[in-house]
Amino acid sequence: MDRTTKKMLAALAVLTVLVPLGLLATGETFGEWGAEEVKEKLGYVPHGIESLGSLWSAPIPDYSFPGAETFAESALAYIASAIIGVAICAGLLYIIGKKLTAGRSD
Amino acid sequence: MHIPDGYLGPYTIVATWLIMIPIWVYSARRLGRELRSRQVPLLALSAAFSFVIMMFNVPIPGGSTGHAVGGAIIGIVLGPWAAVISISVALVLQALMFGDGGITAIAANCFNMAVLMPFSAYYVYKIISGNSEVTSGRRTIAAAVAGYVSLTLAAAMTGFMFGIQPLLHRDAAGYPLYMPYGLSVTLPAMIIEHALGFSFLEAIVTALIFAYIQRADPSLLSYGRPSRA
Repeated sequence: MDRTTKKMLAALAVLTVLVPLGLLATGETFGEWGAEEVKEKLGYVPHGIESLGSLWSAPIPDYSFPGAETFAESALAYIASAIIGVAICAGLLYIIGKKLTAGRSD
Repeated sequence: MHIPDGYLGPYTIVATWLIMIPIWVYSARRLGRELRSRQVPLLALSAAFSFVIMMFNVPIPGGSTGHAVGGAIIGIVLGPWAAVISISVALVLQALMFGDGGITAIAANCFNMAVLMPFSAYYVYKIISGNSEVTSGRRTIAAAVAGYVSLTLAAAMTGFMFGIQPLLHRDAAGYPLYMPYGLSVTLPAMIIEHALGFSFLEAIVTALIFAYIQRADPSLLSYGRPSRA
């Protein structure tokens, strides 16, 4: 690995530790409301949002662990989620990239 | 900008999957042809970077929050085909593992953030750069504009997908079945939030990383140039 890549890896590590900053922003995101939020807005929940909203049970929903309540706990869960995400994304693409470029020297 | 399950109806879901499957297949082939072995660590880092940058929610006036995607810089440095694969991996992981974006909407979200974004960024960057030196300030500005334009476009397309739902799907009583708001609400909401807020963040992130690579190792910026070493 060359120097530039090492520095970028270091920058990524710093970003990963700093992700809890992203938790400080409170507020809604347009089009990403839960069923209750939609009900508050409209007085009803469209059938599709109600029936499909819980179609998938993600193992780590909203980058948080059950029982994480204080900011410190949420922050730790958020950092752990970032580490999992970074490890899987980077690991998977490293393996794909190595396979695709096997035998090349450029 | 991560569309959840339940917001897009079957027509849009099926259409976006039908569009995305050939794009993924072709992108993987192009990646296999174009990727240089020294770029492999960069490719791996790019997906991880996109994943992490999307976790940095920032507030904007009006009570809304959003984030940058990192799709522009990846499209510029690794090329748009590699970016399709890299950002798609991050988006699929977000949906499956963290429930961020719906699983039925994976294709729609990938089209907006992993296709439209890196491609528009790449072409905006190319057009503004012209024949300027790789290390020129003009290219840094080109990267910033590419970041701004590409995230705004991706947001507009997301708004479009949202807004056509009440036209396509209503129940017997006339109530919308999926995203309840029409284009007159969804387009301005998505475009204004991004054009006045998050797209500036994408522009800054893109320009900062681009300027760093310009100084540290400009040879990494050779994608799409005739003299590829």
